[in-house]
Amino acid sequence: TIVAYILRALQNYPLYIRSIPTENELKFHYTVHTSLDVVDEKISAMGKALVDQRELYLGLLYPTEDYKVYGYVTNSKVKFVMVVDSSNTALRDNEIRSMFRKLHNSYTDVMCNPFYNPGDCINSRAFDSMVTSMMMQVC
Amino acid sequence: SASASPCSVLHAAPVPQTCSHPSAPKAGDQEKGLSALEGVGFRVGQGLSERLTKEMPSFKDELDVVKFLCKDLWINVFKKQVDNLRTNHQGTYMLQDNQFLPLSQLSNGKQYLEEAPKFLAFTCGLVKGALSNLGFDSTVTAEVTAMPSSKFQVVIQKS
Repeated sequence: TIVAYILRALQNYPLYIRSIPTENELKFHYTVHTSLDVVDEKISAMGKALVDQRELYLGLLYPTEDYKVYGYVTNSKVKFVMVVDSSNTALRDNEIRSMFRKLHNSYTDVMCNPFYNPGDCINSRAFDSMVTSMMMQVC
Repeated sequence: SASASPCSVLHAAPVPQTCSHPSAPKAGDQEKGLSALEGVGFRVGQGLSERLTKEMPSFKDELDVVKFLCKDLWINVFKKQVDNLRTNHQGTYMLQDNQFLPLSQLSNGKQYLEEAPKFLAFTCGLVKGALSNLGFDSTVTAEVTAMPSSKFQVVIQKS
């Protein structure tokens, strides 16, 4: 199982949700919303310059018994969250990082599309196929 | 410079189109035109700030973001940095560009001084849009006191 969420900055509503297998989408809403508190904590820690390296990748937000939740936040404060099975031990940190980079690159392309209205849900075939191929590679 | 010219022509071109009508120029039309230019600038600012900040570490604070505007954004759009940045450290910033690219095609004397602010509308939107995308609501106004220099006043709203 793997789920990716893209959430808008202030209001924390989702711009994009995708999961494999698809039935699991709603199951993780609670997990993801809890993880956003951790994201916000990490963001404010960065703001207080407690960390030297102000990375966009936030790493493992918190592990539950069955799942691991990872986070990433852009400079435009858009939050990316990924939930993966704990049993997927083959998935390493640098692979998660690279997935977030791909999401970020494609999200930037969406933002630069003049037909996209910032704040709307992401409705792009190019974006969908990028996410699909990315998630298939690790499932 | 040779590379600056197409860019400045591109900035200047929409202004007469949107800001005056040959047969019946009305004050309202002019305002609508300026508003349209600013709106375009806003959307460009959103996309451009997303693209330019993609490879950058997280911003520390508001001043960091304004410095990004004065340096990375300005260089990307106008091929140079802002020449002078002042702030009262309470959310108001003054950005001064002494060789403002969109004004470079107009003569330096007083002839076009009155028209000059129309060439700043897009940039006001650009700054506002970039700030908005990076999490800051603002008002941006511009003035030209001597060609080709322009000043942008940015007031960031307290959240």
